[in-house]
Amino acid sequence: MYTELNSILNTTPDSFTQGEFILVSDRQSDASFLMHHFLSFYLRARCKVCFLGLVQSFSHYNAVGQRLGVSLVQAKEKGQLIFFEGLKESLSVLISQESNTKSQAIDFLRDPSVGLRSLYEFVRCTVSSSSGGGEKGADGAEEWGPPVLLVDDLSVLLSLGVTVGTVLDFSHYCRATVCSQLQGNMVMLTRCDGEEEADDGDDEGSERLHRGLTHQCSLTLHVQGLPTGYCRDIHGQVEVCWRRRQGDGQHTQKKLFQYKVHDKGASFFARGTSSAVL
Amino acid sequence: MAAPLNSVGKLSAERSSFSSNATSFQKKTRSKLISILGTRPSVQNGQLLVSTGVTSLDYLLGGGLAVGTVLLIEEDRYDSYSHMILKYFLAEGVVCHHELFVAAAQHNPHDILKELPAPILDDVAVHKPVEQPRLSCDPTDSLDSMKIAWRYQNLPKVQSALASSSRFGHYYDVSKTMEPEILQAAKCHCFYLPDHPTQSSPTHSPMLESYSTLLKSLQEVIHREGFDVAAPMSKSRNILRIGLHSLGSALWSDDLSCHDNPRHRHALTTFLYGLRALLRSSLSVAVVTVPSHLIQDKALMGSITRLCDNAIALESFKGSERETNPLYKDYHGLLHVRQVPHLNCLASQLPDHKDLAFKLKRKQFSIERLHLPPDLSETVSRVSRGEPAGALQPVARVHPETNTWTSRTPTQSPWATSTWNAEALSSLPW
Repeated sequence: MYTELNSILNTTPDSFTQGEFILVSDRQSDASFLMHHFLSFYLRARCKVCFLGLVQSFSHYNAVGQRLGVSLVQAKEKGQLIFFEGLKESLSVLISQESNTKSQAIDFLRDPSVGLRSLYEFVRCTVSSSSGGGEKGADGAEEWGPPVLLVDDLSVLLSLGVTVGTVLDFSHYCRATVCSQLQGNMVMLTRCDGEEEADDGDDEGSERLHRGLTHQCSLTLHVQGLPTGYCRDIHGQVEVCWRRRQGDGQHTQKKLFQYKVHDKGASFFARGTSSAVL
Repeated sequence: MAAPLNSVGKLSAERSSFSSNATSFQKKTRSKLISILGTRPSVQNGQLLVSTGVTSLDYLLGGGLAVGTVLLIEEDRYDSYSHMILKYFLAEGVVCHHELFVAAAQHNPHDILKELPAPILDDVAVHKPVEQPRLSCDPTDSLDSMKIAWRYQNLPKVQSALASSSRFGHYYDVSKTMEPEILQAAKCHCFYLPDHPTQSSPTHSPMLESYSTLLKSLQEVIHREGFDVAAPMSKSRNILRIGLHSLGSALWSDDLSCHDNPRHRHALTTFLYGLRALLRSSLSVAVVTVPSHLIQDKALMGSITRLCDNAIALESFKGSERETNPLYKDYHGLLHVRQVPHLNCLASQLPDHKDLAFKLKRKQFSIERLHLPPDLSETVSRVSRGEPAGALQPVARVHPETNTWTSRTPTQSPWATSTWNAEALSSLPW
């Protein structure tokens, strides 16, 4: 959890707006450090977290989580965190091919045309099982706050053969369930390829996915490399864009920050105010 | 001249004999890390690293390749240098007694293994823990050889080749091939695609039959030879080095490189996803080469890169107009770092430079910083000599083409008078 980012977004683990869909995206850069932020943020906020880790193993997230001061193993044991490890689940499907009934969630790997329905079912079961009762469980289990869904990352589904439309359907269903119905939050990461606006048109790819998700979300964090090129002390810039619906009209607000990722966190600063150049 | 050297030698000998006695001082080691020959833990995140065989490439990757990761090499146009890095990687595995898995569709893997570069053997036989960080291509200088300017012998050598402070990998002589005896000792698993007839089964999976056969045989080797992390710890652990040559080429019955809009668009990415899943749960490390210059779709190449951990691209000058450019006359090509891994840590180790070049010397492949030759013209050196006087710097910047102020009379220009005043005010020692 990066406190500087919290003050930029005007949230704390004790008070955050519910029902938000946050989109984290990157282009020629790596935005996964923001996913670690949101994971530790919502664990600190005592939310019930469902994490779809599609690109890395659990031990990776756990190792980074320890540096940020949260223990994913403990959170998992307490039932606060439901971690879906895509890599592990995929192995049985990709290698053995015969359909075993162990896990249905990743059966789109066997045949991408099936769609992401079973993955959505998994999410729905996970998030709605928690918030069913507001009272303390009979066995003294701890009570958790609103459900949160984190996905790292959506664009890898495109690499596995799922179409853009299917992924957008999936995110829409998740938003309806998590954000609207249960008043929880949702954070999704998507990664764009190549240069900006290189060739759009009928590009069936990450560009269209990014545009579709931007349309759905309420807050975007877009990470890019520096336009002036590689720098060792400034790792890139983040564009934060709020889309608020106030009264009759919708207005957007944009802010641009530069960032540097450290060993145990990240610092954000206004353009040109890095300690390396001042 | 020889006396201090001798005493130093004696002293270090004494010290080493002293430390061999069991003292209460012991180096603190992490017992949970598995100690395997040819590996070391990373300074940054405790990840187990293996060497790629190319010392400068290890340095570039932050010490070496982390076990459980994939290094993607985008091939140069004739696949000569990328093939060489792959052979270095396999040769390092042979020397460290790791197991190998080689898969290819073009050359027979046995032929690739026969062409591995020969290790420079003196450091293979005698395992010295501490070595001088010195390139072994120069002969080990003996003490009795005549020396001019012995005063400078302890100064570190100026080298533009990238190297870390401690030795990790071995050195190889690419002009010779490895002796068959050394090769025989290594355990190799070969996968030659024509030997594995693929039957087209009615599957809806986006993966190609050739790739899924490869993935299956990889999984079988990992499972059978006990490279799983989950396997019982009873017997001694080893590392599996996986070399996959020219994935995505037409010989793997993949059409990525043939069409603008390939039919099996997701075949390679799905395979790489499965490969990552396999590697993360086993003690193995992979190097994959891909003929990226044949792949038209840059977005596709981006998603291939993201499914690997490290990614470098080689761009050789062979056949390009850069070959005759005097700027590049010392090098054989450029090396681009496409991606550095973010593994078990937030901040990844970023390279100092992004301008890197490689060259193939007679016996050795090395990666160096690409730099311009020093500008040795008269004015440049004089200006930099005048630098200690802080007040004078603006003068030097305004009049870089004139001579330095000392050779000028004060009445020559207004700049010069202000220079003299500044000197008087700051009361320089000279």
